Amino acid sequence: MTNSEKNRLKDKAFQVFGVFCTFIGLVVLAVFLFDIILEGARRIDWDFLVSLPSRRAARAGILTAWVGTLWILVLTTIIAFPLGVAAGVYLEEYARKSKMANFLEINIANLAGVPSIIYGLLGLEIFVRQMNLGGSLLAGALTLSLLILPIIIVTTREAIKSVPRSVRDGSYALGASKWQTVWNQVLPASFGGILTGIILALSRAVGEAAPLIVIGALAYVPFTPSSPLDEFTVLPIQIFNWTSRPQAEFQTNAAAAIIVLLIITFMLNGIAVYLRNRQQKKIKW
Amino acid sequence: MSRKHNKLEAINLDAYYGDFHALKGINIAMEEKNVTAFIGPSGCGKSTFLRTFNRMNDYIDGFRTEGDILLDGKDIYTKEVRVDELRKEVGMVFQKPNPFPKTIFENVVYGLKIQGISKKAVLEEAAEKSLKRAALWNEVKDNLNKSALALSGGQQQRLCIARALAISPSVLLMDEPASALDPLSTAKIEELIYELKNDYTIVIVTHNMQQAGRVSDNTAFFYMGELVEYSKTKTMFTSPQDTRTQNYITGRFG
Amino acid sequence: MRVSEKIIEGLLWLAAVITILITAGIIWVLLSESISFFQVVPLVDFLTEKEWTPLFADKKFGIAPLVAGTLLTTAVAISVALPIGLTIAVYLNEYAHARLKQVVKPLLEVLATIPTVVYGFFALTVVTPFLQGFIPDLAGFNALSAGIVMGIMIIPMISSLSEDAISAVPRSLREAAYGMGSTRLQTSFGVMVPAASSGIVVSVILAISRAVGETMIVAIAAGQQPRLTLNPLVPIETITTYIVQVSLGDVPRGSLEYKTIFAAGITLFIFTFALNNLSFWIKKKYQEKYD
Ligand SMILES: Nc1ncnc2c1ncn2[C@@H]1O[C@H](COP(=O)(O)OP(=O)(O)O)[C@@H](O)[C@H]1O
Ligand SMILES: [Mg+2]
Repeated sequence: MTNSEKNRLKDKAFQVFGVFCTFIGLVVLAVFLFDIILEGARRIDWDFLVSLPSRRAARAGILTAWVGTLWILVLTTIIAFPLGVAAGVYLEEYARKSKMANFLEINIANLAGVPSIIYGLLGLEIFVRQMNLGGSLLAGALTLSLLILPIIIVTTREAIKSVPRSVRDGSYALGASKWQTVWNQVLPASFGGILTGIILALSRAVGEAAPLIVIGALAYVPFTPSSPLDEFTVLPIQIFNWTSRPQAEFQTNAAAAIIVLLIITFMLNGIAVYLRNRQQKKIKW
Repeated sequence: MSRKHNKLEAINLDAYYGDFHALKGINIAMEEKNVTAFIGPSGCGKSTFLRTFNRMNDYIDGFRTEGDILLDGKDIYTKEVRVDELRKEVGMVFQKPNPFPKTIFENVVYGLKIQGISKKAVLEEAAEKSLKRAALWNEVKDNLNKSALALSGGQQQRLCIARALAISPSVLLMDEPASALDPLSTAKIEELIYELKNDYTIVIVTHNMQQAGRVSDNTAFFYMGELVEYSKTKTMFTSPQDTRTQNYITGRFG
Repeated sequence: MRVSEKIIEGLLWLAAVITILITAGIIWVLLSESISFFQVVPLVDFLTEKEWTPLFADKKFGIAPLVAGTLLTTAVAISVALPIGLTIAVYLNEYAHARLKQVVKPLLEVLATIPTVVYGFFALTVVTPFLQGFIPDLAGFNALSAGIVMGIMIIPMISSLSEDAISAVPRSLREAAYGMGSTRLQTSFGVMVPAASSGIVVSVILAISRAVGETMIVAIAAGQQPRLTLNPLVPIETITTYIVQVSLGDVPRGSLEYKTIFAAGITLFIFTFALNNLSFWIKKKYQEKYD
């Protein structure tokens, strides 16, 4: 075999390996989803969705878990949305190039890389103890809000950046103030992008278990929460709890709860992708 | 007829972008209800100068001026002057049409709305008046709620003019308003400028000699941040005083 | 109106500054609790003891076993994710059709959106039993399964950041390589990958940081037995798992056991903080080089 034939053979071999690697992740994903559905789907019925947790696997349901997840989603949105968008607007529209702005930027990049469990420790000390909120929905939502704040800020900035200078100029030239320009022109024009970022951030929050476990969210909550100060559990914690038990029936419950959690996660991501595509089609500057 | 007074003046004006000296010792006075054309090779400071009259340069980091800019004899770069009030008086139209991504109606009444005017009847009347004034009414009157981005380039630019007129300015600054448009739309804009001159003081930056000749009463020629020559348009085009002006007008550079 | 503008700007500024307060809060919380921990347990013991048994009667406070567990699962994860992720990046860039790339990239991103408890379940109930078929010695909880699954999770992180870095290499370089008769493979690994190396290194560092801080997969599948070992077949405990383990139990506030989770937390924070800033630093140096 000549040298060049050898080279060509290696090239081909790598191509095959490339295909293999590209699809192995996807194949594993498919196998896994298949396995989960096979194990969990038959357990999902109306009773499963509306039953309280129980020590007996066959009677246990996920009512408190998904209601808790919903509460957390809503509260986290209420807290993190205005805060993140405001910070993004400040950094993109108001902050002048300065040491301070630079520092803020590095700091936000750093926060994005802090492990979620560390946010749990922060929430435990500040919200649960200092502010005396206990292991409540509010404490959980505040903790998760801090966790997703960097994501919202970064995506807000990107969305705002894509609004062309000329729109701002047009507004200023008509006598609009900075805030009027931001509120009437920049934010409406970048709203689709901002919304996409928020939904992606929420899909991250909805799957988090670790920080909520640290702040003291419990796996066993006998009632659905009715106020932000109530104790709670969420789907990921319920799944964790069932997964950690040796009995096979609980594993089945876990698989069923995973299906529900994945549906929520994929739905959020789907909406985000849809919004992003629509936004890209709608406005061509 | 009474003598026209000086609407806009610059006195010993210098302007800087950081260390870069963009405008050098400019002195000029422009009479009311006249059209003044700014010409000169690109990068000579026409836009920079134009934007000092409504302080659009305020948002650029490191930009500063020395000397005075007067509107109706009053310095507009003092602390007491509010830029929003100034810009109600001095409207601006940009090189590339820049309608807001909203409806045609929303575009025209934007300036009024941010002043706090929200009565529907008032807004509708103002919209109709300005669109008529900008010679766009007949083309859009049935589609006021359509997106402004759906209009053609020439229509968009007239919409931007209507938008500027809606807040009743007395000065209109136009930075190469037709350079991005086709010849037909350009002709329409020029016609419009001719119409508007009865009521507004207009300053127009242009690259197009013929256009300057057609629409303006006076012409100012800029070169590398200096005002080289300023005179009646006719005089400038027939007997320019400075050789740089001469070279530019005859197309030797630019 | 001017006043309200100022107020609004002030509020927006406040929102931005909250991010600094968060960082300050994290550091303050970790430090203050850890300091009171280190008043009881000498820092030297923490760093040199070989056992971690704060919940037993015979208490030992050596962080080494938890660090070893963390590094072990991370090492397994990276040895899965790096070769696969980098191969995907090269393959998508040099071999695959643009259409395929457009389809595959978002599909791979799906891997990164799946909640980590779900991966933990997968590791425990599918991967471990599967591997036990080949490795009879494999314990029910082990670093191997958890690490492999974590590796799958971070594949898109490495593949997409590396792919960005590779496609940012100037075209001229690539054409020069082809011009000299190189195969795609030689061009990729001889020219493109080295030219994109800083971007690839950044992606790997971020992936390591992510793996070090990952919690639920290891908490579910790797065990809760602090053990100073490099053997991936036996149960171990990571720093993150320990924090979860204590949080699940009834450890009284203010007790020494309670403070251990902050001492563990600050150790974890130092690791990830150093890794993240290392990646920023490399990225910045690299950008300056190309500007
Ligand atoms: N934002 C800015 N920052 C720095 N320099 C600028 C800026 N805008 C314009 N300049 C410089 O000022 C000079 C005049 O620009 P401009 O007024 O736009 O010229 P014209 O409109 O005559 O083409 C040019 O040399 C240009 O590079
Ligand atoms: Mg210009």
